[in-house]
Amino acid sequence: MNIASILATKGDKVFTIRGEQTIREALVVLAQHNIGALVVVDGLRPIGILSERDVVRAAVKNEAVFPLLVNQLMTRDLVLGDPGDDLGAVGQTMVQRRIRHLPVVVDGKLVGMISIGDIVKAQRDRYQGEVDTLQIIVMEHGH
Amino acid sequence: MVLGTAEQPLRVAVFGAGPAGFYVAEHLQRRADLAIDVDMFDRLPTPYGLVRAGVAPDHQKIKAVTAAFDKVAAQPRFRFFGGVEFGKDLSVTDLRGHYHQIVYTTGAQTDRRMGIPGEDLPGSHPATEFVAWYNGHPDYRDCQFDLSQERVAVVGVGNVAVDVARILCRTPEELARTDIADHALEALRHSRVREVYLLGRRGAAQAAFTNPEVKELGELPDADIIVRPEEVELDPVSREALEQSGDRASAKKVEILQSYAQRQPAGKPRRLVVRFLVSPVAVLDNGAGSVGAIRLVRNRLVASATGTVQAQPTDHVEELPAGLVFRSVGYRGVPLPGVPFDDKWGVVLNEKGRVLDPDSKQPLPGEYTAGWIKRGPTGVIGTNKPDAAETVAAMLDDAAAGHVVVPAEPDPAAVERLVRQRQPHAVDWNDWLRLNALEIERGRTRGRPRVKFTRVDEMLDALGNRHRP
Repeated sequence: MNIASILATKGDKVFTIRGEQTIREALVVLAQHNIGALVVVDGLRPIGILSERDVVRAAVKNEAVFPLLVNQLMTRDLVLGDPGDDLGAVGQTMVQRRIRHLPVVVDGKLVGMISIGDIVKAQRDRYQGEVDTLQIIVMEHGH
Repeated sequence: MVLGTAEQPLRVAVFGAGPAGFYVAEHLQRRADLAIDVDMFDRLPTPYGLVRAGVAPDHQKIKAVTAAFDKVAAQPRFRFFGGVEFGKDLSVTDLRGHYHQIVYTTGAQTDRRMGIPGEDLPGSHPATEFVAWYNGHPDYRDCQFDLSQERVAVVGVGNVAVDVARILCRTPEELARTDIADHALEALRHSRVREVYLLGRRGAAQAAFTNPEVKELGELPDADIIVRPEEVELDPVSREALEQSGDRASAKKVEILQSYAQRQPAGKPRRLVVRFLVSPVAVLDNGAGSVGAIRLVRNRLVASATGTVQAQPTDHVEELPAGLVFRSVGYRGVPLPGVPFDDKWGVVLNEKGRVLDPDSKQPLPGEYTAGWIKRGPTGVIGTNKPDAAETVAAMLDDAAAGHVVVPAEPDPAAVERLVRQRQPHAVDWNDWLRLNALEIERGRTRGRPRVKFTRVDEMLDALGNRHRP
C-alpha cells in the first residue's frame, strides 16, 4: 500500500506559503484551515516546512515573532515523499525522525502533504480491512 | 427540511454494486433512527462487482462475503437496478431529479500500462482482462488468449498476478470444481502452457502477495515452484528495512520463498517460476507480428528518502522467451461522465468521500464517492468498510445540515418509471436471486458451486418474458 491512496482523498489541496511572507500571514492560514504545518514553496518547488512548533519555539525566545519572515523560522531540512512510497516505510521514517508532516513531490513539484495522523488512520483501516476479510474466510471455513 | 423521516426519507442513489457500494448501503442502514432509501445501480445485471468478476474462482471462501451484501439487499428500503449504465441510461442530472445524495462506487476499471515498446503486440494483455474472462464477465467473454503457447510471463507480483499464474497452473480437474466460466474451463482444458513466470520488480520482502498466497503457490498439485536462491537472498537494504519495521509477515514471506529456492523440482508437468529484481523494458516480436519474448533489466534495491525500498535498474539485461504476456502493474479509475475527476490519482476528485467542484475545490452538494474510485486500487475487500464509513459519516453530517440536492421528484415510483423507459432490460434484486438460483442449480448437477451466465442476453432469456418485450 502506498501513500498515493492517502493523497487521493485529500482533494488536491495543499496549503503552501512563500518564504518572504510573514509569520502573521502563515498563522492566519494555519488557523483558518485548522492545520499544523505549511509547505514553504518557491513556485511549485518545496524549499521548507513551517510547523506550529517552529513558531512556538521561536515565540518563547522572541515575543515579536509576528513580523518575522517564514524563511527565518522554517525548517529547511526537508524529507520529501514520493506517491509510490510504502505506507509502512513512510510511517516508520516519520516516527523515527519525529516528523509530523511529509510533503510529497513528483518531479520536484509539490503534489500533496501527508500527516502522521493520515498514516495512522490508513494503517488502522488497512488492518481493520484485513481482519474483516480474514474473519469471513475463517467463518466460512467453519461451515 | 428534516430528511430521514418516514414522510421524507433521505433518498440515496449508489452507482456500482461492488463491495464499496454495499458497504455504503450497510453503513446507511445502520442508522435505524433514520429512514433512508437506497437505490443501487450497476451496469451489469449481476451484483457484487469484483467479488464475482475479480476474486479467483479457486478462492470460493472469500466469495462468502456476499452473504453480508445479501442481508443489505434484503432490507425494505433497498432496491437494485442491474443493467443500468451511468452516463448512458442515467445521467447525473437524472439522478439529481430524484435523489438527495448520489454515491459513486464504480471501482478502478482499467489497468495501468507498462509504458514499454511492444506492449500492444498480439499476445500481450492486461491481466485484468484474463481475470474478467475466466470469471465470466460479459464484457470480456469473447476475449481470446493464445493458450497454445508454452511459456507465459506475468508482470507483477500482486494478488491479481498471482491469481493469473495460479489459474494457469491448475489442472482442469481442480478448475472444474470451481465456478470458473465454462468457456474458460474449456479453453484451459486445452492449454499447452508449461512454464509460467511471475516477474517482480523489487525483492521478495517487498512483494505484494500475502503469505497464504505464497504458500498456495508452493502446494500446486500440477506445478513445481522454482525460485532462484540469489533472487531471494535478503539484501542489506531490505534486511535493514525489515529489522526497523519489525514486520514479521514479510520476514516470513522471505523465509518461505527461500525454502522454495532449496526445493528439488518434483518433475510435475508445469513449472511456476517466481523471479524478483527484474523489470520489463520491452515486449519483443517473434518475427511473425506477435509476442515472442520479454526483455528484462535486472534491478538492485536502494532506499528512498522515506525508507521505501525502490528498484533501480542496472546494466544487466536478459531476454525471456514467452508467447503470452499478462501485465498486472496497477489499476486506474475511469472518469464518469459529468463527475469531476482527479487525473493525478485516477479517482473521482474528492475529500474524504465528498466530491469536489474542480474550480472552487469545495464539496458539490449531494455527491459522494467510496471504494477504489475514491482512494485508488488498494487494500482487500474489507478495506472498503472503513472507507465507506468515512463517506457515510460525511453524507449523514451533510444531510443533517441540509447540504443535499433538492430533487424535483423524490419518488421511488418515478425512478422505476424512468429506469424502465431508459433501460427496459433493467433487472431488480428478485431477478438476481432467480439468476443466482439458476446458476447454482446448473452447477449442482456438475459438482460445481455454480455455472455462471456469461452473456447479458443469456441472463435476460433465463429471466423470461418481462425482459424480452
